Amino acid sequence: MSNRHSTDHQEQDRQTSVEEERAINGHATTTPLLALSGITKSFPGTLANDHVDFDVAPGEIHALLGENGAGKSTLVKIIYGILKADAGQIAWKGEPVVIDSPNTARRFGIAMVFQHFSLFDALTVVENIALGMDEPGDMAALEARIEQVSHSYGLPLHPRRHVHSLSVGERQRIEIVRCLLQEPSLLVMDEPTSVLTPQEVEKLFETLRRLSDEGMSILYISHKLDEIRALCHRATILRLGRRVADAVPSEETSRSLAAMMMGEELQGEARPPTATVGEVRLRVSHLSLPAADEFGVDLKDVSFEVRGGEILGIAGVAGNGQNELTDALSGERPSVSPGTIVIDETECGLKGPDARRALGLCCVPEQRLGHGAVPDMSLAENSYLTAHHRMGLTRHGIMRSDARDTFADRVIDSFRVKCNGHQSQASSLSGGNLQKFIVGREISQDPGVVVVSQPTWGVDAGSAAAIQSELIKLAEAGSAVLVISQDLDELMQISNRIAAICAGALSEVIGIEQATVEGMGLMMGGASLEDTHAEA
Amino acid sequence: MLRLERRPQNSRTMMYLSPVFALALTLAAGVVLFSIMRVDPAEALYAFFIEPLTTTYGITELGVKATPLILIGVALAIGFRASVWNIGAEGQLTLGAIAGGGVGLALYEVEGFWVLPLMLAAAIAGGMAWAAIPAFLRTRFNANEILVSLMLTYVATLLLSYLVHGPWRDPGGFNFPESRVFHDAATLPIIVDGSRLHLGFALALFVVVATWVMISRTLIGFQVRVIGSAPRAGQYAGFSQNAIIWLTLLFGGACAGLAGVVEVAGPIGQLLPSISPGYGFTAIIVAFVGRLHPLGVLLAGLLMALSYLGGENAQISLNLPLAVTGVFQGLLLFMLLACDVLIRYRIRLRTRSAT
Repeated sequence: MSNRHSTDHQEQDRQTSVEEERAINGHATTTPLLALSGITKSFPGTLANDHVDFDVAPGEIHALLGENGAGKSTLVKIIYGILKADAGQIAWKGEPVVIDSPNTARRFGIAMVFQHFSLFDALTVVENIALGMDEPGDMAALEARIEQVSHSYGLPLHPRRHVHSLSVGERQRIEIVRCLLQEPSLLVMDEPTSVLTPQEVEKLFETLRRLSDEGMSILYISHKLDEIRALCHRATILRLGRRVADAVPSEETSRSLAAMMMGEELQGEARPPTATVGEVRLRVSHLSLPAADEFGVDLKDVSFEVRGGEILGIAGVAGNGQNELTDALSGERPSVSPGTIVIDETECGLKGPDARRALGLCCVPEQRLGHGAVPDMSLAENSYLTAHHRMGLTRHGIMRSDARDTFADRVIDSFRVKCNGHQSQASSLSGGNLQKFIVGREISQDPGVVVVSQPTWGVDAGSAAAIQSELIKLAEAGSAVLVISQDLDELMQISNRIAAICAGALSEVIGIEQATVEGMGLMMGGASLEDTHAEA
Repeated sequence: MLRLERRPQNSRTMMYLSPVFALALTLAAGVVLFSIMRVDPAEALYAFFIEPLTTTYGITELGVKATPLILIGVALAIGFRASVWNIGAEGQLTLGAIAGGGVGLALYEVEGFWVLPLMLAAAIAGGMAWAAIPAFLRTRFNANEILVSLMLTYVATLLLSYLVHGPWRDPGGFNFPESRVFHDAATLPIIVDGSRLHLGFALALFVVVATWVMISRTLIGFQVRVIGSAPRAGQYAGFSQNAIIWLTLLFGGACAGLAGVVEVAGPIGQLLPSISPGYGFTAIIVAFVGRLHPLGVLLAGLLMALSYLGGENAQISLNLPLAVTGVFQGLLLFMLLACDVLIRYRIRLRTRSAT
């Protein structure tokens, strides 16, 4: 299964890494390309970086590892000149420097690929790249350079394609090529694999290794331990803004890295629910929905069932219809006929979110702020947002504020949401805490069916484990749980059955014991089950 | 050097202080303005902002002027909270005056306690009907309610003008474009003897309290706030954006219509070609200066009413042009929008900090 595959790779990678490690140790006397010392940055209420120091050697792939909120992003923004440190020094090739803007950073030879792309859908690849350059020059010459750079690094890109027709992996290539055109000495990558299929990740790693062989340094930010072990030469581990450890990832296990990252031993790995599977509680049959806008995805004849007591996982690369499916299930976009969606034997395809919630379907959308929660409102009001009906928080049209606050407190307590009480604004919570709150709010309403989209995306490992175990508990108590996620590892861990969505169409649903990472990867790319067998 | 820095969280203090700063800056700009006009600034500001309040009559006049501003401002504030931009309250006010005044004229000389309530109801219906047009076009065709409601204002004004020049002209009025003067049963009772302060002011206070309860304590008010602040979250919760658009526009139309009839059945006493010095537009400023909160609107409505009274007073005692009133109102909104930057940002001295 999946484990066998990854071990092979890791074995291989460990070999190469050890060699490189030796090489780096040999270079120990050479000046690091980038050295940070005593970097401190505070925001009102938090100390994001507390006297952090680390360095990146020439040609090294250096990992910056930490949970969400550990201060990785802040540190990277300081390096790239977006933020200014309150104290501390940055040295570039041994010389102390001031990086006061991304322009300066680029002049030194620092390039960055952001987690969220800044591309214009309606423009072509070359236009997008030209927009981000200080002096784009002649477009035809730029096209030629893009072709040349993208091909020589195994990042095939057609300069004249429009961005909206590209997959997320291809879009990321634009960002990488954009950086490579500047011929940087240091490439910073912020969580680059969160949107890629396993196969795309492999390709990206090949490119990165090649760049590193050619002498480029790479600063790689991630919380995915396997990737860091497979790719990086050294790792600096951050926790709560402090550097807590340095490690050679290939010499550590995922567990030991996680322990350093979280400062505590991990609880046992999540397992799928083991309850006896009951009645069908959610049935989707032949659900087709045209996209709401030009850049959306049409849902094509999607059919599946989720039974009480089980978790069904739907894997897929971002932008393949996950959001459309979530909206269609929650009722935000009603379907065309009542029979397409059936909750506990009640047809509700035409009904809105309120009616479906009344039938017991609770939903957690992918986007937390602005969709799952109102950023400017308190947690109390945000709990009222979806729970007002099922929890009876309204009487004669008047908000029962006491009952509302009690419910919010219950969610905050039982899901260990870190906040300053139910009066805290939703936007003041960290991503992981807000996600715990939203998931908690939905689960606490005693739902028969739960649809969760990207439950742990951008959530720290501790909160992710807590959310996963709550979903498992819920299924074991007899609810039907549907998890839509880009994180294949997570789905392989907690699902009883799994399917993949690609371009709005759903693959066959298979039992978790039949699923492999490669097979799923191919299905995420649109191959059918037979094809994946043929490949294997 | 000064620079603006994003605050991690919006500042509540600044939210309340910003109108105060804006008022101070407006007064400062007034000093400059009057100096340029070669008028003693102290005297002019006194005439503008203090003198009108030195008599009981002046204070009751403040209530008279503030009544339509508060009525409309409160309703617009609710709409603005939901990001529904009804700019045409002036037109809805006019339609309210036409509908309510029309009932009054149709029942001319008819006595009965029910005449006045009927006029108020007709005015509310008239204002709502006028606001229903942008609501329908917005929800059905996604037509911008700002443009539709604004343009309908001019239609309403012309309609009123046609009526008082034509069919509704006072038969004994020497061909002046005026309707008959409403008879007693069609006129709002005065609540302070010897003044013009009428029942409409009490109505406005009631609307303030009712709206306050509605927006802060009810499910509907909650929906309005959610849709305005995070429409996708509203959709997710199952709130209908279209329902909120209808609700807020109709509520705005109802209150503006009420304000219209309150004007014609109150201080004016008849239908004229022009019945409002732009209350419907000034109420937009009132809503924002009042922080889109009913109580704030009450205070802001009184302040803005003072600027009308002060303008008239300065016109009489110092021969200042009436346009000064408009300049002051515009300055206040302008300064407020500028000061509102401080809610989201704070000013920092740029220093050479560590590298």
